[in-house]
Amino acid sequence: MAELSADREYAARLSACPACDAAPLAERVAGAAAQRGDLVLSLPTAHCATCISDVERALLAQPGVRVARVNLTLRRVMIDAPSLSAEDLIPVLERIGYEAHELDASVLSSTAAERQGRDILMRIGVAGFAMMNIMILSVAVWSGATGATRDMFHWISAVIALPTVIFAGKPFFVSAWNSLKAGRLGMDVPISLALILASGISLFETINSGHHAYFDAAVMLCFFLLVGRYLDFRTRAVARSAAEELTALEVPRAVLLKDGAEQVVGVADLRPGDVIRIRPGARVAADGEVIAGMSEIDRSLLTGESLPVQAGPGAVLAAGEVNLTGPLDLRVSAAGRDSSLTRLAHLVAMAEATRGRYASLAERASRLYSPVVHLLALFSYGLWMYWTGDWRVALNVAAAVLIITCPCALGLAVPAVVTAASGKLFKRGLLIKDGTALERLAEVDTVVFDKTGTLTMGRPELVSLDPLPDDLRPVALAIAGASSHPLSRALAAALAAEGVAPAVLDSVAEVPGFGIEGAWRGLRIRLGRADWVGKETPEAEDGPVSVLAVDGHAPVTLRFTDALRPGAADCVAALRAGGRRVIMLSGDTPAAVARAAADLGMTEFRASVTPQDKEAAVAALSEAGAKVLMVGDGLNDTAALARAHVSISPATALDAARVASDMVLMGQDLAPVAGAIEMARQARRRIKENFAISIAYNIVAVPFAIMGLATPLMAALAMSVSSVSVTLNALRLR
Amino acid sequence: MEILFILIPVSILLGAGGLAAFLWSLKTRQYDDPKGDAERILSSEWDDHPRPPPQKSEP
Repeated sequence: MAELSADREYAARLSACPACDAAPLAERVAGAAAQRGDLVLSLPTAHCATCISDVERALLAQPGVRVARVNLTLRRVMIDAPSLSAEDLIPVLERIGYEAHELDASVLSSTAAERQGRDILMRIGVAGFAMMNIMILSVAVWSGATGATRDMFHWISAVIALPTVIFAGKPFFVSAWNSLKAGRLGMDVPISLALILASGISLFETINSGHHAYFDAAVMLCFFLLVGRYLDFRTRAVARSAAEELTALEVPRAVLLKDGAEQVVGVADLRPGDVIRIRPGARVAADGEVIAGMSEIDRSLLTGESLPVQAGPGAVLAAGEVNLTGPLDLRVSAAGRDSSLTRLAHLVAMAEATRGRYASLAERASRLYSPVVHLLALFSYGLWMYWTGDWRVALNVAAAVLIITCPCALGLAVPAVVTAASGKLFKRGLLIKDGTALERLAEVDTVVFDKTGTLTMGRPELVSLDPLPDDLRPVALAIAGASSHPLSRALAAALAAEGVAPAVLDSVAEVPGFGIEGAWRGLRIRLGRADWVGKETPEAEDGPVSVLAVDGHAPVTLRFTDALRPGAADCVAALRAGGRRVIMLSGDTPAAVARAAADLGMTEFRASVTPQDKEAAVAALSEAGAKVLMVGDGLNDTAALARAHVSISPATALDAARVASDMVLMGQDLAPVAGAIEMARQARRRIKENFAISIAYNIVAVPFAIMGLATPLMAALAMSVSSVSVTLNALRLR
Repeated sequence: MEILFILIPVSILLGAGGLAAFLWSLKTRQYDDPKGDAERILSSEWDDHPRPPPQKSEP
């Protein structure tokens, strides 16, 4: 009894976090309902030309489908069918062998991002066109055109270049203006200054029929920097659309009971006092108290407990728990925005605030770089004013210095590497949500794992079939197959894998919260909790147990264990071999935690850890100077995920946990985690090399520029060669 | 040198033609699904005639 009340207190404390997380989602669902007709289905298995035509043909053959188009890059199909819903079309695709899931179209708000991407691409196109045309004319000037011909070429260049610089350089001007208004010197300030100065000086020289014009350099600068910006944008857009897809898979709906009738509503529409029905296998949509029904509740995502808990009338449930066996009617006590779940949300917000903002390598470089560039240009202007007293010559030299030092390669140095690295990691099943996550991951020296759902699969597996006599196996399969309880499913899966054929039962009925009862050849059979079946609970069990009792046979005790995630042992071993400290923090019982730790060869572990303790443990490690990588999936990990230096959660994690983490593990295998740290270290090395390359070019070229020896040809060469070598260096990443 | 008065406009016009084609392809969203486009070319559907445009209203 004491244990039960402790559970309740726990549930009350954690209550609404998933709900408050779900609230904005639910509002978006309401918005989606308004514009019916556009359905988006996810097609995780589509991969070839045949898949495209199969899917499109099958969908178009359905009456009411007006347009169906597969997007293979995103593995989605867009359907325009105003009179149909996803429930009508998913079976059509499943019949021809394609897995399909409904995506919440309103969450996939990619249109704004797409427009931004197209906008940058358009500017790149314009800059590229101008660059090529001006370069043709410039080559003629460099090869010796003089007099009226040179002036004419300069004029034509000016006519092409000036509008181009204004149009293509707009993103830089806007961001430079914003950073100046905020009193900072970003990377975009020297870029904008160089663009304006180069165009202005060149125009002035053209009017006065001077020798040097830098139109080609100004346009080329725009082009290369826009390419860097586009790479940066792509990386973030790909990560965001995949993350959105995970969110969109969970359409938050609840079954409302009104005057005895069931009605499907959005979670946002629930009010305290409403009665909702939670079917077996469904996630609890809101906090509340059970008023009818018996079942078992899986709260592993909230607390890390791997054993299901019994729930009957009077039990308090928290949103995010999963109902296992019987239908439950729940009176809602808090839903959506109103829910009292603020404690954990607070914890997450506080943890994020204390983590502080991480200054990326690029930011630190630009913080150093901008003042140096401006001082250099000012210095050369002063020097030449002092030498010649001619402001025109001095300004020309200063412009040349600004153009040569302009961070063309610097602008590409980071995005090129990050694009290459995140593309490689994505192929291995790791999605990077945050731009600086790679750099932070490279610094990691301590890894903290959650147990249930992270190191383990979070679902039981039969330890051994040996206790079960051969003649009872068909019966066991038949009765286990009748239930959706995880232990029954595990038993059925193990028996089916042995090639056992199910027996035919006379009757079968689930007794929610206890087990399943049936009749076979006149014998009563029961599968379920030990105390219900009539066998005393065996002493000191360290895992879930189910008992099969058949009249006339001795009861059989079946033991289950929470199976380790594939690759977990390899991952832990690889991390330890790399000299990193590996720690397990779990909310589960000490026995279960100790056994998992022994299986994985981990020496540091703590059991029965509350969410607050997890966050405190991570904070203590960070204060001791460790760079912590937190890997976790549950609500109880959320604060720790937000507090850690960098964090990873599996795709099966709760939405709140995924939002709090920097990376998402898409597959089942845990092995990419260890590989990702190595990849991140390699990426950081490449970024530093790229900085070195672009600085080396500057060190060679800047003295020439200050001496007034730089020509537009030199500027063009330095710019393109350094940009290309930086990009090639990024592609060396393996 | 008079040839320049023909050649320079020609080169700029050709470049502008390329730019216009690029902007058109961008506007008609031809870069949305590069992987799908690479695969679609292998399908023998619509080889004889292009896919008819979608019907705008329900029959």
